[in-house]
Amino acid sequence: MIRAFSYNEFLFLLSAVQWTLALSAIAFVGGATVGLVIALARTSDIKAVRLAATGYIQLFQGTPLLMQLFLVFFGATVMGLDLNPWAAAALGLTLNASAFLGEIWRGCIQAVPRGQWEAASALGLRYPGLMRYVILPQAVKVAVPPTVGFLVQLIKSTSLAAIIGFTELTRAGQIVNNATFQPFLVFGIVAVLYFLMCWPLSLLSARLERRYALATR
Amino acid sequence: MNYTFDFKAVVDSWDYLLQGAWLTVQLSIGAMILGLIVAILCALGKTSGPKPIRWVINAYIEVVRNTPFLVQIFLIFFGLPTMGIRLSPDLAALIAMVVNVGAYATEIIRAGIESIQKGQIEAGLALGLKPLQVFRYIVIKPALRTVYPALTSQFILLMLSSSVVSAISADELTSVANNIQSQTFRSFEIYIVVTGIYLALAMMFSALFAGIYKLAFAYDTDRR
Repeated sequence: MIRAFSYNEFLFLLSAVQWTLALSAIAFVGGATVGLVIALARTSDIKAVRLAATGYIQLFQGTPLLMQLFLVFFGATVMGLDLNPWAAAALGLTLNASAFLGEIWRGCIQAVPRGQWEAASALGLRYPGLMRYVILPQAVKVAVPPTVGFLVQLIKSTSLAAIIGFTELTRAGQIVNNATFQPFLVFGIVAVLYFLMCWPLSLLSARLERRYALATR
Repeated sequence: MNYTFDFKAVVDSWDYLLQGAWLTVQLSIGAMILGLIVAILCALGKTSGPKPIRWVINAYIEVVRNTPFLVQIFLIFFGLPTMGIRLSPDLAALIAMVVNVGAYATEIIRAGIESIQKGQIEAGLALGLKPLQVFRYIVIKPALRTVYPALTSQFILLMLSSSVVSAISADELTSVANNIQSQTFRSFEIYIVVTGIYLALAMMFSALFAGIYKLAFAYDTDRR
C-alpha cells in the first residue's frame, strides 16, 4: 500500500536530522583528535614518523570513503567484534576525517614562519612547549576557515552511513520514499535539509577566509 | 581472532571485477571531460555573463556543493522518472557525476580565469586576435595551467566518489563487489581487494594527469 506524504513523514525526516548532526559531531571530534596527531606526525623531525603519517593520509585520501566504511563494518566481524552500523559509521568517518584534517592542519602548521620555530627553540623551549605556546596558537588562526569548510564535507559524507544501514537523514529519506513513492518530494526535502545545515557553514568559511586574507595582506 | 581468510571468491570473479573497474574508469573519464566542458562554460558565464545567468550559475554551484552526492544521485535516478524521463543506472550515474563535478570545477576554473590579468587580454586584442582566439590562447590555457593541481585532485575525488553510484546499482566496481559479496559472503576479502583496486586507479589517474601536464602545459613562462 502506498502511503501519502503527510506531516508525519515530514516530522520523521526532520527528526532524522539529529542523527546526521550527532554522527557529524562525533566524527568531527574523533577526526580532530586523531587529525591533530597526524598533523604533528606529518610535520615531525623524525623521518619514519613523517613517512607513516604520509602513508596514512594517502591511504585514506586515495580510497573511497564508502570502501572504508565497508571495511570497518565487515572488518569488525573478522576480528570477532559485533559492531553496529552506528559504531561502524562513527569509526569509519573518524578515520577518514582524521586523514583530511591532518593534511589541512599540516599546511597550517607549516604556514607558521620558520623564524618562529627558531626563535622559540633559541629561547629554550622544547618541542611540547614550542608547539603549545608558539606554533599551534598561530596555526589555529590559519586553520579555522578550511576546518569550517571541511565540516560541510563531513556532514555530506555522513549520508554514506545510509548505505551500511544507519538511519540518518538520507536513510530516512529512502524509508519514506519506499512507503510513499514520491521521490522528487522526499529527496527534495532531504536535499533542502542538508542544504540548510551546510550552506551557513559554507558562507561562514568563505567569510572567515576573506577576513583572514585581509588581515594578512 | 580465529577467522580464516579465503580469497578464492575474489580470484574466481577476477574478470567480473575488472569489468567493474573498467566501467568505473569509463564513467570517471566521461564525467571528467563533460564536467570540464560544463565548468568552463559556467566559469565563463560567472565571470562575464549577464546578471541573471550569473545568478543561476551561483545557485547551481551552491546547491550542488551543499548537498550530498548520494542525495543528488537519488534525485536524478528516482526523481526524473516521475517526470517521464527514464534513465538506465549507468546513464543516471554519469549525469549525477557530471552535475556534481561541474559545480566544483566551475569554482576552480573561475579562480584560474580571474588570475589572468586584464592587460593580457587587451594585448591579445590589440595584436588582432579574435575574441575566441584570445579566450583559447590567452585566457583558458594559462587559467587551466594555474589551477591544474586543484582541478586534477578534484577529478581524482570524483573517481573515488563514483563508488557511491553503487547505491543505484550501476555496474561499476563497487556494485560488482556488492554482487560478489552477496553471493559468496566473503565481504572483507572482496572489499579489501576492491579498495586496493581503487588505490591503484587513483595512482594511475595521478600519473596520467602528470603526463598530460607535461604534454600540454610544461612550457616556460619566465621568458623575458
